[in-house]
Amino acid sequence: MKDISSAIQLIPLEHYILLCVTLFSIGLMGVLFRRNTIIILMCIELMFNSINLLVAAFSAYHSDPSGQVFVFFVMIVAAAEVAVGLSILVMMKRNVDSVDINLLNRLKW
Amino acid sequence: MTFLFYFLSAIMILTALFVVFSKNPVDSVIYLIICFIAMAGQYILLNSQFLAVVHVIVYTGAIMVLFLFVIMLLNLNKEIILQKSKVTRISAVITGGIFFLVMVAATRLTLEIHPRYAFDSKIGLVSEVGKTLFHEFLLPFEISSVLFISAMIGAVMFGKKDV
Repeated sequence: MKDISSAIQLIPLEHYILLCVTLFSIGLMGVLFRRNTIIILMCIELMFNSINLLVAAFSAYHSDPSGQVFVFFVMIVAAAEVAVGLSILVMMKRNVDSVDINLLNRLKW
Repeated sequence: MTFLFYFLSAIMILTALFVVFSKNPVDSVIYLIICFIAMAGQYILLNSQFLAVVHVIVYTGAIMVLFLFVIMLLNLNKEIILQKSKVTRISAVITGGIFFLVMVAATRLTLEIHPRYAFDSKIGLVSEVGKTLFHEFLLPFEISSVLFISAMIGAVMFGKKDV
């Protein structure tokens, strides 16, 4: 425990920012890249989690426990979002018999 | 110990790339699980043990199993050939890269600003998080139950055959 908290002070906060920005960009790229709806949902989860890690890192570096609670709330919202998103996916599979995101283009123009 | 941070970061970035680029959805889910476990390791490195445990239980234990179940139920576990057009894919990669560059450039400017705070190793422990959660954030915590029940009702309504 002592080891861990002394080791974390050697890592600059900028490296956490870089890591989380990288993960967020990969998630963004995945959302635009793939046509499979389930992969798009997973990339959204990845973006959520990169932000969570960044908030937790800021909270740890500023010694403020409210950040940890915010991460907890984001996890709550993400769990609700996944439940609704996956049921929409099941409904889409039942109605158009595909999980291709390009078929859902009626609201596009 | 600092080596561990960079090791976990490399695992996370690699598996995140595999999530996007692997052909089979089941492979994507497995890679995302590995990424989330590495992220739980990052939480432990940050000494936020409560978040690490919740992360493993909620994400790796519940959400990813839900994804796997949906893939299994809808029989999606075959290699999917359909891809976006080449122009769209290249522009997606360029968009991600430009977003990364913009964010890095924006955070570069702020690097000098944030001051050093005294490091308190106790803030991530369950007792501290619980105190904050049930003192300052009690009302949002209770309201989140309303969010959950509305999400549950919505999921059931979407799942019914004929509403």
